[in-house]
Amino acid sequence: MDVQEKTYEEKLAEFEARIARGEKIEPGDWMPDEYRKQLIRMIGQHAHSEIVGMLPEGKWIPHAPGFRRKLTLIAKVQDEAGHGQLLYRAAETLGKSRGEMLEELLDGKAKYSNVFNYPTPTWADVGMIGWLVDGAAVVNQRMIAKCSYGPYARAMKRICFEESFHIKQGQDLLIKMVNGTEEQKQMAQESLNRWWYPTLMMLGMPDSDSPHLGKLKRWGVKVKTNDELRQEFVDLVAPQLKSVDLHPPDDDLHYDEETGHWKFTEPDYDELKRVIKGDGPCNKERMEARRKAHEEGRWVREALAVSKRKKEVPAA
Amino acid sequence: MNDTQLPIWEVFHQEKRGAPHVHVGAVHASDEEMALRMAKEQFARRLECVSLWVVREEHVVRTNYDDPFFFARNTDKRYREVHGFPAPLKGKHSE
Repeated sequence: MDVQEKTYEEKLAEFEARIARGEKIEPGDWMPDEYRKQLIRMIGQHAHSEIVGMLPEGKWIPHAPGFRRKLTLIAKVQDEAGHGQLLYRAAETLGKSRGEMLEELLDGKAKYSNVFNYPTPTWADVGMIGWLVDGAAVVNQRMIAKCSYGPYARAMKRICFEESFHIKQGQDLLIKMVNGTEEQKQMAQESLNRWWYPTLMMLGMPDSDSPHLGKLKRWGVKVKTNDELRQEFVDLVAPQLKSVDLHPPDDDLHYDEETGHWKFTEPDYDELKRVIKGDGPCNKERMEARRKAHEEGRWVREALAVSKRKKEVPAA
Repeated sequence: MNDTQLPIWEVFHQEKRGAPHVHVGAVHASDEEMALRMAKEQFARRLECVSLWVVREEHVVRTNYDDPFFFARNTDKRYREVHGFPAPLKGKHSE
């Protein structure tokens, strides 16, 4: 074929024009290195978050109050394992293998969401993770479903569909507790006090601290800013929580008639930085649990790696 | 250490009889049987499903998005399209 090789600038212009037209980028398309690296990093962190995210709730499976709650929690944790796999596969289409990503996680080199490094001392935390953490995740993931990279956007649609069950079960669990004994109601409120700010942090650093935001938006990696997502989340959950007499630990939280939005106190972003870097209340515990699970699962992987053909014994 | 990288299988999901098999994603598995089981766990946990196909990723032959000629439609193709024939008779022959 007698096609003149295009220059980097020409390819970049075509790439940006495609995104500006609202078309998706697909595996095999030309893309700037920075776009590829940014997406591998984002999708990888997202996948790791799903995998580590199984731990704080998973520990409650043996202690769930009643069989139905236990089944629900097992299903939810299984969903998270599935989401992790969907995401690892989406990242693989950009050229990094699942094996490599899992290795980075186990080596402690990979980052994952801050929020899973907080403890879950009571059953109410299981509900709060569903309502708040999955609620914030869906706000973020609904945005990602519109991002410019086809495989990531497609994975998000499936994941959002499943997350809506996670939020529902969390709300149901907490509403039961709020309407239970005084002790149960207090347990729910204390759980909200613990999870409110970590969940606000989960939506990322403030826009003023995001130097590459312009490019990320132009390339359709981010469709909304972190501050926009945080506001959307507070507007959604603040009235929900108040309607069942649960109160976020923020005396300044109030509805602003003029803007039509809820005003809230920003979380401590220094804490977010520390927790992401590995210095949160449970980082060490989470990584130890993950490594232990990986070691204990080795025999399963070894068994699975033997192809069926080799296992079959010829008929006599 | 790296024993987590199994072969990749593309998954096609049929929601009900009569519906087409639609590509829904991929799973990692060591053989056909495991691929089908993983596909069931990953893609048929919630949605209705009556049939799954799995195909080794390297067996899928693909066109190249960058090939400017493969799907090029430079010539007038109205001779093969419905709207190329403005016959004025009423009554629908097909949807």
